[in-house]
Amino acid sequence: MNSKVYELIILGCGPAGITAAIYAARKKMDFIIISKDIGGQTIYSSEVENYTGYQVITGAELVFKFKEHLDMFDVELHMPEEVKKVSKQDDIIKVETDKDIYFSKTLIIATGRIPRSLGVPNEEKFKGRGLTYCATCDAPLFRDKVVAVIGGGNSALDAAIQLTKYAKKIFLIDIASNLKADPVMVKKAFDSGIVDYIKNSKVVEIIGSNFVEGIKILNLENKKETILELQGIFVEIGSFASSQFIDIVEKTKDGEIIVDCANRTSKEGIFAAGDVTNVFAKQIIIACGEGAKAALSAYEYISKKF
Amino acid sequence: MGILNTQIKNKLKSVLDNLPNDVILKVFTQEIECPTCRENTSLMQEIAEVSDKIKLEVLNFIINKEEAEKLKIDKIPATAVVGEKDYGIRFYGVPAGYEFNSFISALKLVGTKNSGLKTSTIEQLKGITKLVNIKVFVTLTCPYCPMAVELAHKFAFESDYITSEMINAQEFPHLANKYGVYAVPKVVINEKVSFEGAVPEDIFLTYITEATK
Ligand SMILES: Cc1cc2nc3c(=O)[nH]c(=O)nc-3n(C[C@H](O)[C@H](O)[C@H](O)COP(=O)(O)OP(=O)(O)OC[C@H]3O[C@@H](n4cnc5c(N)ncnc54)[C@H](O)[C@@H]3O)c2cc1C
Repeated sequence: MNSKVYELIILGCGPAGITAAIYAARKKMDFIIISKDIGGQTIYSSEVENYTGYQVITGAELVFKFKEHLDMFDVELHMPEEVKKVSKQDDIIKVETDKDIYFSKTLIIATGRIPRSLGVPNEEKFKGRGLTYCATCDAPLFRDKVVAVIGGGNSALDAAIQLTKYAKKIFLIDIASNLKADPVMVKKAFDSGIVDYIKNSKVVEIIGSNFVEGIKILNLENKKETILELQGIFVEIGSFASSQFIDIVEKTKDGEIIVDCANRTSKEGIFAAGDVTNVFAKQIIIACGEGAKAALSAYEYISKKF
Repeated sequence: MGILNTQIKNKLKSVLDNLPNDVILKVFTQEIECPTCRENTSLMQEIAEVSDKIKLEVLNFIINKEEAEKLKIDKIPATAVVGEKDYGIRFYGVPAGYEFNSFISALKLVGTKNSGLKTSTIEQLKGITKLVNIKVFVTLTCPYCPMAVELAHKFAFESDYITSEMINAQEFPHLANKYGVYAVPKVVINEKVSFEGAVPEDIFLTYITEATK
């Protein structure tokens, strides 16, 4: 346990966390960052075309530039480390992670969003063994294979479209009764002739010994279970705010942390920024701006309070 | 029509012309039984034409067998990025798509002789006295694969014992199959340790250490 009390701890090292850190460093605050990874969701974005100053840049490159900027300062980054619990007693905030316990006067939560997982038993075992969450990365590995795309929104259709170039057959498995994706995308996927739409259905089990060999799906209407033989599963069922580790701040019913215009949460000393909050529009440039605001807000709070 | 457009060439020129040291590209090719060799050679020729700092040697995998063996090149298309010495940096398959970035980074790495790795990492790498081979399987559409490739190449640059290979899983399906590549980047170290995903410097280093045990 680290009994030191920092001025600030930043949780998350995506666009919001990195920008908050740059601002905090420039204010010479005594702080650390704790994060599972660097770059957050941005690294999954193949092409970013709406970050001012770059007409087009890959998410990975943008993250690299963010990191380079951050490296100009001597910032203590605890990574990979996962935050498990945040609590507060008197004026001191306690952060418990999978590795250690830390104390701080202020906290910025910038933990963004996490892709939703299937929630079936042996999911962990099949990750990277036929079960994947990055269609753009892994689609080419499934040439002439039978695959399933789970989801019915734009990202699911985007995955299906990418897979039409490689896979032999694609099952599109949707829990809803009709696709929510843009009609243009739906048409593009179905025009390939290899997409089979299975609606009202949910994946209940992944089958296989070492690698994915099939899935069991449950039809929610007639309660019938079916087994599909396939080698690849692409999960595209959206994301959720990564805020489960804290229950002392107010959240929306979807788990987004509620903040005011100066990124203050309902708990004094705790700030939040970016995709984890209820801020309107989840975008990189917005997350960066919010991160900057949160750092300045935390700085102002500390200057007045302590 | 070339592969690189004028805008990219101009940008590349400004980067490559400023390299303090020459970089040699040893490209192994063959006319038959290698569907992507021609494309790889053309790409390398175009890159070399951009700047005098890049020296190109096109070698035939069969005719120049000795050179291939010396560099431990066992499949094609292959490109060894060499400086004043061979650092063990290899690209198997055409470094197009996102891997164009990691290829240019390799040129910069060898041309500037600066890996930018942390001092503590470099110190730890000096402690490695066993041969380490790092294979990084990629696809050309994977946005974060270059991070893994670049890091592996930097390790190879800093240590005489480490060699590092980018392998395009699509061009070498038998290897992808052999190593069970179903998600990229997939890193295989000394046939022993493997992991998926782009991980930070320190974590990658722990895997290397584990593989040398
Ligand atoms: C496929 C895709 C494409 C996109 N394309 C674009 C685009 O083109 N343009 C655009 O503007 N936006 C795009 N976005 C949205 C953009 O990526 C997000 O708005 C932005 O990344 C949000 O930044 P953030 O810092 O708030 O959160 P994130 O990027 O989600 O970062 C959160 C950080 O917190 C860490 N973390 C989470 N939970 C914990 C925990 N419990 N403990 C420790 N660390 C934790 C994560 O590891 C990560 O480092 C895209 C998103 C996706 C998924």
